[in-house]
Amino acid sequence: MDQPPVKLEAIDVHLDYYNERMKRRLVVLDKINMTVSKGEVVCIVGPSGCGKSSFLNAVGGLLPITDGQLRLNGRQIRGPGPDRAIVFQHDSLFPWRSVLHNVMYGLSLQGKHSKHEIQERSRYFVNLVGLDGFEDHYPSELSGGMRQRVNIARALAVDPEVLLLDEPFAALDSQTREFMQLELLKILARAQKTAVFITHQIDEAVFIANKVAVFSARPAKIKEVVAIDYSGERTLDFKHSTEFLHLQQKIWRLIDVVTIGTEAEMI
Amino acid sequence: METILDEAESPSIVERRRSPRPGFWSRNETWILGTISVSAFLLFWQYSVSAGLVNPLFTSSPIRIVRTAIDMFSQGEIYNDIKVSGIEFLWGYALSILVGVPMGILMGWYRRINAIFEPFVSALYASPRIALVPLMVIWFGIGLGSKIAIIFLGAVFPILINMVTGVRTVDRDFIKVARAFGASDRQLFATVVFPSTVPMLLAGLRLGLGHALIGIVVGEMYAATAGIGYMISVAGSTFRTSQVMVGVIMIAGLGVGLTEALRAIERRFERWRPDNRR
Repeated sequence: MDQPPVKLEAIDVHLDYYNERMKRRLVVLDKINMTVSKGEVVCIVGPSGCGKSSFLNAVGGLLPITDGQLRLNGRQIRGPGPDRAIVFQHDSLFPWRSVLHNVMYGLSLQGKHSKHEIQERSRYFVNLVGLDGFEDHYPSELSGGMRQRVNIARALAVDPEVLLLDEPFAALDSQTREFMQLELLKILARAQKTAVFITHQIDEAVFIANKVAVFSARPAKIKEVVAIDYSGERTLDFKHSTEFLHLQQKIWRLIDVVTIGTEAEMI
Repeated sequence: METILDEAESPSIVERRRSPRPGFWSRNETWILGTISVSAFLLFWQYSVSAGLVNPLFTSSPIRIVRTAIDMFSQGEIYNDIKVSGIEFLWGYALSILVGVPMGILMGWYRRINAIFEPFVSALYASPRIALVPLMVIWFGIGLGSKIAIIFLGAVFPILINMVTGVRTVDRDFIKVARAFGASDRQLFATVVFPSTVPMLLAGLRLGLGHALIGIVVGEMYAATAGIGYMISVAGSTFRTSQVMVGVIMIAGLGVGLTEALRAIERRFERWRPDNRR
């Protein structure tokens, strides 16, 4: 079988900044190398504050890197672009826009499509995340899980080549989170998207990802990329398989011993 | 009326919270009590005058006030006063919106612009602007100009300061989202900053309205040749208590009417305001 083409490439990505309080430069990302192929879902796990989010923001173009290269389809990333969309942990839906108008947001900024076209496409993504009938509701009328679906739909609507998710389910209760993980997999499969997903939850990473990149404590380096070669359908059965537990344990051991205490509380 | 979601339910379930229809009394309690209290007050007032308990020269009475109002409106002099005060108010209030809103946005968004103007705004806002009335009369004369200036000075600061606060408190996450979607500065402004400030803007307009009404009366009482405040002042110094009352009621009515109009606009925006549903 042919290897799918590389979408996203990080080559020796380095990021540091001058910390006013500590009066010295802090290294956040140290020589990060990573490739994400088309259609792949890559999860990044690592101790709190290790720079996972900084990496994602850099890929999103919100944070300029100090050295190295970030490439999308072989072109260097400079600033935000319609080829990437970010789903933040806080849904940050605009409260004055209805569900449909929130989803329309990215496309209407681009000004490339007619209003009718934007509405139709946005409706499609509202349906895709299972919120048909809620188009005219305001975010304050929705539950946390529903708001996060709208957030995902808003990101998908601009038809990005890569979807970047920054702990999107961290604020949800555990039941809703499990449900959303399943939904996300379905949505990604239907929309045929490449995704980079940051999470604290190792089980979430193993469940969703094709590859899990384990970051070390700051300055973040990639300790190892663990391939999740599970051929079957990802259902709750997978979560309860021994294979799943083995992978989970493997990733566990990779995360720094120092931070394992704090991570244990997260799980 | 509102849809409320039960967070604990599975995420695809929406419930409209239904409560049994409240009875006639609980639905209308507020306005019934209000009407009763106002009526009782008016009756007591009229009775004390009719029974000779108080001198109507000081208190007038509801019936006298109504009669005086009918006289004043049929004689027609009052229309000119209304017109003059109305023009002053419209100009002064419109100017304070035209200056207050853009200045507030600039001061809220750009740190340097704020640093330059903030001392003046603070000083003027903190000082009673009535103290500036004589100065305004020296600068702009006793005609429309000084009144417009006084109304402007009263109304512009609440509007401006609310606007600054509104812009400063725009949720950073919203800005991040807009940037991530590639919003230009202008788009960021139109789609995120301005809509975020609408509630604060409306509150500022309401505050400014009160100050503008004070400005009308104070300005016209100090030096004027026409206007409702002037009419009140003249009537007061010639012991025509009923006319004073008519003027006060007109100003109060204008205030209540305009405040209600602004409230109605605010309610239009309330559906999405999250703090209203707790």
